[in-house]
Amino acid sequence: MGDRERRVVFVTVGTTCFDALVKVVDSEELKQALLQKGYTDLLIQMGRGTYKPSKASGNSSLQVEHFTFSPSIADNIREASLVISHAGSGSIFETLRLGKPLIVVVNEDLMDNHQSELAEELAERNHLFCAHPHTLRETVEAMDLKTLQPYVPGEAKPVVALINRFLGFPVD
Amino acid sequence: MGFDAFAAACCAIPVLVSVLAVRVAYVLCRSGLPPSRSRASGLRCLIVLGSGGHTAEMMNIVSELQKDRFTPRYYVAALTDNMSLPKAQVYEKSLIHVEGDREMIIENAQFMQIYRSREVGQSYITSIATTLRATLHAMWLIIRIRPQVIFCNGPGTCIPLCASAFLLKVLGLGWSSIFYIESIARVKKLSLSGLLLYKLRMADQFFVQWPQLQQKYPRAQYAGRLM
Repeated sequence: MGDRERRVVFVTVGTTCFDALVKVVDSEELKQALLQKGYTDLLIQMGRGTYKPSKASGNSSLQVEHFTFSPSIADNIREASLVISHAGSGSIFETLRLGKPLIVVVNEDLMDNHQSELAEELAERNHLFCAHPHTLRETVEAMDLKTLQPYVPGEAKPVVALINRFLGFPVD
Repeated sequence: MGFDAFAAACCAIPVLVSVLAVRVAYVLCRSGLPPSRSRASGLRCLIVLGSGGHTAEMMNIVSELQKDRFTPRYYVAALTDNMSLPKAQVYEKSLIHVEGDREMIIENAQFMQIYRSREVGQSYITSIATTLRATLHAMWLIIRIRPQVIFCNGPGTCIPLCASAFLLKVLGLGWSSIFYIESIARVKKLSLSGLLLYKLRMADQFFVQWPQLQQKYPRAQYAGRLM
């Protein structure tokens, strides 16, 4: 802290168990990559995972903190300069709505891995970066936040209008 | 005597089967067409909440619904999901400020839980029993609520409920319009629940949230994203 501006990286796995991600962000190489990019703090929400990140920051000066759950991660996202998230749609859209740069890491251990579909589609539209645990370091090193496009949130009005019309209600 | 009963059964069963087949065909043809009824009062709504992202998407729809048309509202979530119903309760409470009358809101919104067919990792043998329990429970809820409108967006919890509602239609005991809104997480393929409702033509209107998915499933509609 002091005169140096804090730039927090917030890592979230939601209610899942995603030790592969927690292990990677806890690795020395990734911490170095984040330091090089100018980040100062690493805050990890580790969910149901059993792997405990090391609080000691080794020879890097990245400040590392972690916790398991919190009722709302909105404040953590708001205070972050970069969010690294699991591929759950809740975390993805919460981060995009708050306009924060986002790297989504796909959990390859999930059996029905449809979640990567959403992350890949949004990455193709340049709303976020999509990575896998073993490619996260390259993604951090190569990312250019200026290429990200702001996400315009969708709305339920058109769907509700069609439902109303179907049921014979006047559409206002 | 035994022979008579047998002969009667021989005659009755084909008749019953044909009547049922005609009813199923009628319901399938009738689905997708607007319901005919008077709209003096609101429509009883069954809102099936999934979990996490599903619930967030569903609550976006609910918040857009005209509350005088879609009332009373019955929210249903899985017994093991303790996050979804509180979200709906918070939303319904927030309406009190808008509409004023506290008693009325409590009457207008009800919250229920339903057994799940199968938990993640459950063995197939025990899941036969739990599926049966979930189906019977769904049937009981549908008979109790007699919904006129059903909103669902997956996951599996909505299947026994939609199947029960469909059976009620076949038996002529009540009509409901089923709206299925596939989750935004489905970009290239439908979910299993979505695919089932689409293929069996159980949903009156079927929405997807990505245009490329609509091209793959032409009976689906695309009307933008919810999130």
